[in-house]
Amino acid sequence: MLILDCPCCGVSGEETEFHAGGEAHLKRHSVGSTDDQFEEYLFMRENPHGVHLERWRHNNGCGKWFHAARCTTTLEVFGTYSAQTYEPPQEIKDAISARRPGWSWRNFS
Amino acid sequence: MFKAVSALQGVSFNDGIAEVRELGLRGMITLRGDLADKKLIKAVKGFAGRMPEPRTVALKDDNIAAWMSSDELLLMVPHEDVSSTIETLNASLQGTHFLAANVSDARGVFEVIGPHAREVMAKLAPVDFSPDAFKMGMFRRSRLAQVPAAFWMNEQDAFTVVCFRSVAEYMFDLLSIAAQAGSEVDAL
Repeated sequence: MLILDCPCCGVSGEETEFHAGGEAHLKRHSVGSTDDQFEEYLFMRENPHGVHLERWRHNNGCGKWFHAARCTTTLEVFGTYSAQTYEPPQEIKDAISARRPGWSWRNFS
Repeated sequence: MFKAVSALQGVSFNDGIAEVRELGLRGMITLRGDLADKKLIKAVKGFAGRMPEPRTVALKDDNIAAWMSSDELLLMVPHEDVSSTIETLNASLQGTHFLAANVSDARGVFEVIGPHAREVMAKLAPVDFSPDAFKMGMFRRSRLAQVPAAFWMNEQDAFTVVCFRSVAEYMFDLLSIAAQAGSEVDAL
């Protein structure tokens, strides 16, 4: 069971109050992209054993989207952050580093 | 002109550890916009006395303003006052980017009253209802069993629950079963 803090409304809720929205920070390749880029966007997903960045929606609450950084093995939540960003903010990276030194996820570390 | 009726027409359940009843018609207005906008704050202050802080509810007489999300408030008025309230809002917010929509007939409103009201709610929602955690003036959107709901306390041990009208019967059954006689947990 995950306990997530919604950064939009400030509620600390358990995961049935939220809905998972898949991998975070995908670039939406479309018009003008190569076939390889489009394939990457459509099908290629991380499936890590450890640190993972995801999108979540507070569907039984304020209804807003946000990002969460968590561990897929232990279900530990490192932090949640705004959806309006292309990469995790420094304090989230620091929080992950404090618990999982040397972590990397796609091109973030 | 048709006669407006609420989803369950004031049905109640009195034989359990808490009283559950449908509160009948209530005027509800969804107000969306920039909650930091001066005109909007002024309009809400005129309506409910003050601007509700995040996750709280502001009450003035029959008027209630509840914080739904960072860009949305739920304004509650007596059912017959909805049109005039929307007109007032439209006039005072002219020129700003906002939405004031009448959602009165899309909702069901219930009340759970009694010394065990907290327990009835705690059986259904993934929310901490201990007296230290859930206090007067707080407003929480969450779920009750399988449906979304919003709730707050009007007075001690009296919760008001707002849900979608389409699930009003489910909500009443749910609350009644959670309040059935002899089902005290005495955990809170």
